[in-house]
Amino acid sequence: MSIYLSQLKIHKTAVIDRLDSDKGGQMLTNKLADMGVYPGKKVEVVFKAPSGDPIAVDLEGYTLSLRIFEASMIEVKEV
Amino acid sequence: MKITLVGNPNSGKTSVFNYLTGLNQRVGNYPGVTVDKKTGRFRDENGTSHEIIDLPGTYSLYPKTRDEEVVYQVFSDQASSDFSDVVVVVVDASNLERNLLLFSQLYDLKIPLILALNMSDVAEKMGIAIDYKKLSEIFGGVKVLPLVARKGVGFEELKAALTSFEPVVDRPVFLSGEFEKGLSDQAVGQYEFVEKRYKKIQQALSFVVGQKGDRKLVERHRKVDRWLTHPVWGYAVFIGVLFIIFQAIYAWSEWPMDLIDNVFLKLSQFTKQSLAEGVFTNLLAEGIIPGLGGVVIFIPQIALLFTFIFLLEESGYMSRVVFIVDRLMRPFGLNGRSIVPLISGVACAIPAIMATRTIDNWKERLITIMVTPLMSCSARLPVYTLLIAAVIPDNSIGPFNVKGMVLLGLYLIGIVAALLVALVFKWIIRSKQMSFLVMELPLYKMPRWNNLVVTLLEKVRIFVFDAGKVIFSISIILWVLATYGPAERMQQAEASVQKPINLTEESKQQYDKEVASAKLENSFIGILGKRIEPAIKPLGYNWQIGIALITSFAAREVFVGSMATIYSVGDDFEEDTSLLDKMRSETNRDGSQVYTLASGLSLMIFYAFAMQCMSTLAIVLRETKHWRWPLIQLGYMTALAYVSAFITFQLLQ
Repeated sequence: MSIYLSQLKIHKTAVIDRLDSDKGGQMLTNKLADMGVYPGKKVEVVFKAPSGDPIAVDLEGYTLSLRIFEASMIEVKEV
Repeated sequence: MKITLVGNPNSGKTSVFNYLTGLNQRVGNYPGVTVDKKTGRFRDENGTSHEIIDLPGTYSLYPKTRDEEVVYQVFSDQASSDFSDVVVVVVDASNLERNLLLFSQLYDLKIPLILALNMSDVAEKMGIAIDYKKLSEIFGGVKVLPLVARKGVGFEELKAALTSFEPVVDRPVFLSGEFEKGLSDQAVGQYEFVEKRYKKIQQALSFVVGQKGDRKLVERHRKVDRWLTHPVWGYAVFIGVLFIIFQAIYAWSEWPMDLIDNVFLKLSQFTKQSLAEGVFTNLLAEGIIPGLGGVVIFIPQIALLFTFIFLLEESGYMSRVVFIVDRLMRPFGLNGRSIVPLISGVACAIPAIMATRTIDNWKERLITIMVTPLMSCSARLPVYTLLIAAVIPDNSIGPFNVKGMVLLGLYLIGIVAALLVALVFKWIIRSKQMSFLVMELPLYKMPRWNNLVVTLLEKVRIFVFDAGKVIFSISIILWVLATYGPAERMQQAEASVQKPINLTEESKQQYDKEVASAKLENSFIGILGKRIEPAIKPLGYNWQIGIALITSFAAREVFVGSMATIYSVGDDFEEDTSLLDKMRSETNRDGSQVYTLASGLSLMIFYAFAMQCMSTLAIVLRETKHWRWPLIQLGYMTALAYVSAFITFQLLQ
């Protein structure tokens, strides 16, 4: 089942399924791809800011911060 | 030979640049944009000098910010003068996959390359084993060199490779279809190519990286992250860090500033004594020397603040601060990166505005620049203290001293105004560039002291040589206007002061003060101060205050000195109450007091909001590279100050 990365619980790992460019625009999709966010990549939510936004995710060894809005355009499959 | 350095942010590219060039660096301009162009030179063992260009850090050749636009421009026009003989791509070896995106893009553009695998020690510690030969083979024989820039390891090999560089001809294409016709910024298809490229890199790396490495090191850093982004400890640590920074700035910048002040004062006195009296001597002693002093005086604060900002940035802590405050800043059109400039503004707006460089979104950066001077800086403090001493009663409400509460209120009002004005600018400034926080949180690192020296020199240079010119020119103009007036009027003014009959040291001093006062009153600024009286009357000010307002346009703290000159008394109001006495007994034509609670508060509010600092305007011009922004800032702040002071006076009167 596919969920959005913004919904993924802390310390849970998932695999990126699709980037939804309708939601955040092509520019944001391009930026995410540049930073190594693309289908097939493993992600884990490793910690969050005090308000729960932004979140920090692990991308197979390095840490990336994402606002909830940005995470909500990344569809993932839990493993 | 011309060499270009390029790489991801946090790849240690700047360390490599600093190591190769030392202090032999220059900051210039790219035509038409606000991005600085950093160039330097290095000499190889044959004594030949080579030019090195340090491009802004970028993750991809497709630009997302103004800084990255520059990189795109350079590589999209292979005929341009910025195009170099060899490009050194600095990559973080502990994060090869993401770093190779940019490298492989440049590779497919058929650009002559050297690949520098920086932080190879970190990669080793993480247990990542890289087969350099294999990596070079995959990329058509491009030279691959391991490097530890922080420790200076691998530079001999890099220099040798640069000196003997021969481009590889006929390199096979890594990913076909994307760059055969050169580089162009197509929005469509960009994502697909980047994805394909990453998959190809992943595939290639399976032959290059033997071990994937263990995660112990990363896990250790994550543990620190959880503390530093904790809802309680995260903010507590940040406030603690800020506290230390401000303590240090107030404690350590005072004595060098006093020293600079004294040196220039002595120099000015010495010039006056040793040169023949005349226009030129006066210009030198009272215009030029204090003008230079007015520029140099900011160096201690700039150096101190940037030392701390450097430590925060280099250690990796800054991105964690950005992470925990981003949500709080977002509603105001700012982002997490605005917090440090804004808070630094409480010390001094100049280094604060210079620190907005790290905000890569232009709109957010501009808003931060526009509102930072509303934070109550240290130069407002003497103005506030004088006015509070003059008009606020020494009472207490409960346990709180009223004077202290007024001072605190002035600081708070600055913060509130900054946030509200940011909101307004959020609606006014249009930008196509989207705001995002897709930001790398790098591993923590020990700062490199070599880099600190280079950074401080660069910041001081930018301030002294770029902003200094404007500051110096305006201060000379203001000096001329405050010293000269219509000749007849000035002579009459001087003659009108009665010379004491028996010249004691004391009466001589008093006489000099009164002459200075009469001259200022009849100078061009004095005349202007009187002219604007009808405009400032509704705020509760008289022409004496008008003069002080104009002279303190150079810098707010000048207000105190000007008031002292106008009333022919000393300016040390804490030791000697004569300035306060004069102010308290000053009356309007109808016999009412000038300095009442209403007019005093109105004046404090005016100083809280008004852009009475030409140095800030000069640095805003330097950072935005357009006259429009400092003028808008001057306009809106003056209007805000005037209206708020008007309301304050009319309500309290």
